[in-house]
Amino acid sequence: MEREPLLKVRGVETYYGKIVALRGVDIDVHEGEIVTLIGANGAGKSTLMMTICGSPQARNGSITYLGEDITNLPTHEIMRKDIAQSPEGRRIFPRMSVMENLQMGAAVADPAHFHADLERVFTLFPRLKERQEQRGGTLSGGEQQMLAIARALMGRPRLLLLDEPSLGLAPLIVKQIFDAIAELNRTDGLTVFLVEQNAYHALKLAHRGYVMVNGTITLSGTGSELLSREEVKAAYLEGGRH
Amino acid sequence: MAAQKDTLLSGSVKDAGMGGLVAFGLFSLMIGMKTEVDIGGLAIEYRWGAVATAVAVVFFGRLLLNLFVWKSERPVTGVVSGLMPKASAFSSVAHLVTPVLFVLAVTLPFLLMYWLGARGSRQYLDLAILVTTYVMLGWGLNIVVGLAGLLDLGYVAFYAVGAYSYALLAQYFGFSFWICLPLAGILSAFWGIILGFPVLRLRGDYLAIVTLAFGEIIRVVLLNWYEFTGGPDGISGIPRPSFFGLEFTRGEGGFAAFFGLDYSSIHRIIFLYYLILILALVTNFVTMRLRKLPVGRAWEALREDEIACRSLGINTTNTKLTAFALGAMFGGFAGSFFATRQGFISPESFTFIESAVILAIVVLGGLGSQIGVVIAAVVMIGGFEFFREFEEYRMLVFGLLMVLIMVWKPRGLISTRTPSITLSKGKAKGISADLVQEGHG
Repeated sequence: MEREPLLKVRGVETYYGKIVALRGVDIDVHEGEIVTLIGANGAGKSTLMMTICGSPQARNGSITYLGEDITNLPTHEIMRKDIAQSPEGRRIFPRMSVMENLQMGAAVADPAHFHADLERVFTLFPRLKERQEQRGGTLSGGEQQMLAIARALMGRPRLLLLDEPSLGLAPLIVKQIFDAIAELNRTDGLTVFLVEQNAYHALKLAHRGYVMVNGTITLSGTGSELLSREEVKAAYLEGGRH
Repeated sequence: MAAQKDTLLSGSVKDAGMGGLVAFGLFSLMIGMKTEVDIGGLAIEYRWGAVATAVAVVFFGRLLLNLFVWKSERPVTGVVSGLMPKASAFSSVAHLVTPVLFVLAVTLPFLLMYWLGARGSRQYLDLAILVTTYVMLGWGLNIVVGLAGLLDLGYVAFYAVGAYSYALLAQYFGFSFWICLPLAGILSAFWGIILGFPVLRLRGDYLAIVTLAFGEIIRVVLLNWYEFTGGPDGISGIPRPSFFGLEFTRGEGGFAAFFGLDYSSIHRIIFLYYLILILALVTNFVTMRLRKLPVGRAWEALREDEIACRSLGINTTNTKLTAFALGAMFGGFAGSFFATRQGFISPESFTFIESAVILAIVVLGGLGSQIGVVIAAVVMIGGFEFFREFEEYRMLVFGLLMVLIMVWKPRGLISTRTPSITLSKGKAKGISADLVQEGHG
């Protein structure tokens, strides 16, 4: 008897108008896991992430969180269920200060935890503490990504959805951010669903992984299994370890 | 050096001469000839003097621009922009501006009465009332445009709804100003929500067009629903507000008699001034409080990034609707005040140009800045009335002024935004717009 996953995606099909983006996707994310989804540009990774968040909504199939069907809920209600998302392209609030960005992250959380949560993200990303009065738009790309993750954490999530946190960042910063994700998972038991193009780092970090091609899952397995598969090496790790 | 100067001069003259020739070619027909009605048909009237003037303007204009701006090593524009005050020069006195303006606003009627007497201060008080009305409208629109980032070109619709609500309620039911004021606010807020629903999915240009149309629809309905609103005749005889039941009338039971003062018509003007000042200050106070509450923070976040808002669990539908409703409510209050001050309203007072003026105040003042709106309203409305003697050149002067302000300070007069939260002790530091690229921050 397998235990019920935290997030269960079954047969999800998503369309943009008449164009099909996802053709029946099945994914499980169990409590305490880091699960990654890798794939090429345009494979549908971000679409799956957005479909989980309810925008766009799946035309067929179901998405279940903690046994509750969330397929057709509006985005803001899904995001109030201990799920937090750091969207693609970071999307921090550029004219608001770092503190205000973090405060917005806690917009729907219990205000009693605010200062404890703030301490937690400042310990995780000390750079943000130094920059707390600066405008979000003046941060460097890496700092903005840290802010996006920290902002998501301010909502006290049980499940953290990360969409391409390594996008456009220097390798050293990518390592810092992935270390932080691993740390969150190890110490707080945070469940993470990570969509990534940076297959090598993502698979090293994740417990399990899925490979998406053209709107369907073609491979799945543990991170190290996938890393050693020839198809994965050929398709995503060409050109060495980056 | 001398040779260089020579080529600069001769080159400039040649260039200006070419410009003059082109201008002559164009203007000789367009300006030089004019058809006039004459006996037995049309006749051509020649105006070579006007052509000569136009060509001379082009020639010398181009010559001067060549010599001092385009070809010069030290363009005059650089020197001029150097003369413009730098933002940092103001920062030392910036924190004094708000209290000084506040004290000035509160004591203004007494200062005017002291210097100019009742008769002389009347026109300045009227102007102050007008300016304060626009400050209030600016603050109301600032919620929608400055904080929530929803470009509303039809704000005057709510001003109209507020004014007509009071006028019609007073006319049909005989309600007093103090009962109608909250009702007008509620009705306007309701219309704000009605506008809000269809435009929930729109942003930027598209939203602007729909709000523009909405403003026109309200005006056209008011204009054509003759039996109910009086159409173009408007509504007259709108009752004046009373001071806790005391009318501003001569004789027994009036305001002056009750307080043992000599009757003067200026009392009512001063009362109106304080009424609009209090209404405006309430608008400001509510806005400043809301900025620090979740709904106000959500407005600002919505302005920055709607998708990010939704991903943080914020209900963007409610956030937008509250912004529209609150902005509309304050517009409605101002409208009621307008109706009671004028005693007469007609759709003519609520044309698109009003929306444009209010929006210009908000943009020139610096989107989201409360004190910026005050300064912009004083400059715009005060200046508008002040330069009445320029007559037709007034619009030109104001167009130029607005262009200059936008070139000098593209984000409006006050572009520094104070964060609503900070951990450091003392006053929160303002975040200067200079640090953030245009269009990105």
